[in-house]
Amino acid sequence: MKYQRDPVRIRKVLGDKVQFIQGDMAVAYGGLVAGVSFFGGYPITPASEVAEGMARLLPRVGGTFIQMEDEIGSIAAVIGAAWGGVKAMTATSGPGFSLMMENYGYAIMTETPCVIANVQRTGPSTGQPTLGAQGDMMQVRWGSHGDMEAIALAPSTVQECLDMTIEAINLSERYRHPVCVMTDGEIGHLREKLVIPDEDEIELVERRTPKLPPGEFLPFAPSQIDGSKVPDFAAFGTGYHTYVTGLTHNEKGFPRTDKQPDHERLVMRIIEKITDDRKRFVNIEEVMMDDAEVAFVTYGASARPARSAVMDARKAGIKAGMLRLKTVWPFPRDEIMAVSKKVERIIVPEMNLGQIYHPIREYTDQACEVVMAPKIGGEMHLPHELAEYLGVRT
Amino acid sequence: MKREIRIAGFGGQGVILAGFIVGKAACVFGPYNAVQSQSYGPEARGGAARSEVIISDEPIGYPRPTGVDLFVAIAQEAFDTYKGDVRPDTVVIVDPDLVPKHDLGRPVFEVRVQKIAEDLGNKIVTNIAMVGAMTGIYDLFDEDAMRKAVLDSVPKRFAELNVNAFKKGYEAGKDALSR
Repeated sequence: MKYQRDPVRIRKVLGDKVQFIQGDMAVAYGGLVAGVSFFGGYPITPASEVAEGMARLLPRVGGTFIQMEDEIGSIAAVIGAAWGGVKAMTATSGPGFSLMMENYGYAIMTETPCVIANVQRTGPSTGQPTLGAQGDMMQVRWGSHGDMEAIALAPSTVQECLDMTIEAINLSERYRHPVCVMTDGEIGHLREKLVIPDEDEIELVERRTPKLPPGEFLPFAPSQIDGSKVPDFAAFGTGYHTYVTGLTHNEKGFPRTDKQPDHERLVMRIIEKITDDRKRFVNIEEVMMDDAEVAFVTYGASARPARSAVMDARKAGIKAGMLRLKTVWPFPRDEIMAVSKKVERIIVPEMNLGQIYHPIREYTDQACEVVMAPKIGGEMHLPHELAEYLGVRT
Repeated sequence: MKREIRIAGFGGQGVILAGFIVGKAACVFGPYNAVQSQSYGPEARGGAARSEVIISDEPIGYPRPTGVDLFVAIAQEAFDTYKGDVRPDTVVIVDPDLVPKHDLGRPVFEVRVQKIAEDLGNKIVTNIAMVGAMTGIYDLFDEDAMRKAVLDSVPKRFAELNVNAFKKGYEAGKDALSR
């Protein structure tokens, strides 16, 4: 029987409207609120609390939690559940995300709506399990082989862990694409105030189902409802014959692997269903940018010390600001270009050796100076370390 | 206004819960913003543990403490490990039975919270007695909000024990303050 989302029951299971909880748990809450009814995962620090929360909560709202044998199995189970017609997600961290890369590409190629929450840590390999980092900001974009676009959101607060998980589920349904919530060990384990939204404060998106009967329906063609590049979705068991393959396929889903135009048409549609809507994806926060002469461009946990540093710089009379990327991929290239024409210098704090620094440089196109501000080792930048980049003497 | 609080103890004494209660009291039952973080490694079981809380009336950027306004310790090893950032104006509270060596060359508030817990019949509520003592001593903390946060954070069947520990700790804290 198909899962029926029951908002009253979900709210009862989640408890008080205002809570003091960890970011990881807020991701689990966000999944429940968004109507996720399947979670397949494998425990990994610092993401385990997402699975723990789902294991406790999902069965109480009629959903299904499975601990799989590893992360490859986890994402495979999630993709299968999505094709069963439900909203499905998983959560992991760097090493598990690396293992998921092949099936992440499979989800992109088969246009499977699902969500991966990546509570990032560092690497290479198992690295520092208990500490936060932003190790996968490029892996989410380029980690699987072939040509593709990525959708990745980066929460900076516990509240955003919930809000962005709901948004990720919605985007995955709208675009039939695996969407990644790129949180990290710092935000994942931080406890902060969370306000659970009421039912009338949220908007949920459902994948569109075929309007044509079997025989006329094309599962991998532009929508037969309105011509959108996102195909309509026929779940298994609904009477439609749908062949799902990672091979290059035609509009019926059958493999067509040896003709250049077939491949280009398919892959370009899968990319353009996202890039055609580039403007809709732009989600940035501007802090004191009106008169800024120097600006941080950053995301996720790094934006927190950056915000503190901007305030310190302002007190010292320095015209500093911050542009925070809430959606990192698809990359807000026009907005970055606009900032580069406004400020003299952009500084890019990241808890890695400079990943998003590179697309920022690409899209500023030498209109202003772009400075890398990397920090690795499992600690956030200290506010005074970043204030020094702004010219504050300590 | 921004206050940074560090609660240090031995793994298993409940310092994480104590920090959780302090943060919850501030932002769920009180008017402030709060964040709580903790530090641990894969090998940290039993050794010194700490829970850190920042309370502010403005949005909190950097979520880790950059100093200590209030330092609370209920284990000697934890006191020794984490006393480094204590400033001359930091308020320090210890249980003298658990942290016998706490000479910082200046006054330190001493509250025998473990004894309070033992007198109530269960050492397990030592941390809650200390939350009470902190509330009695440190003017930022609101007694009503803190009691609500305690009740909201402990198992229902132990509510009375915990509220009593909080109350006795609060009175002992007030007493230490007036001495």
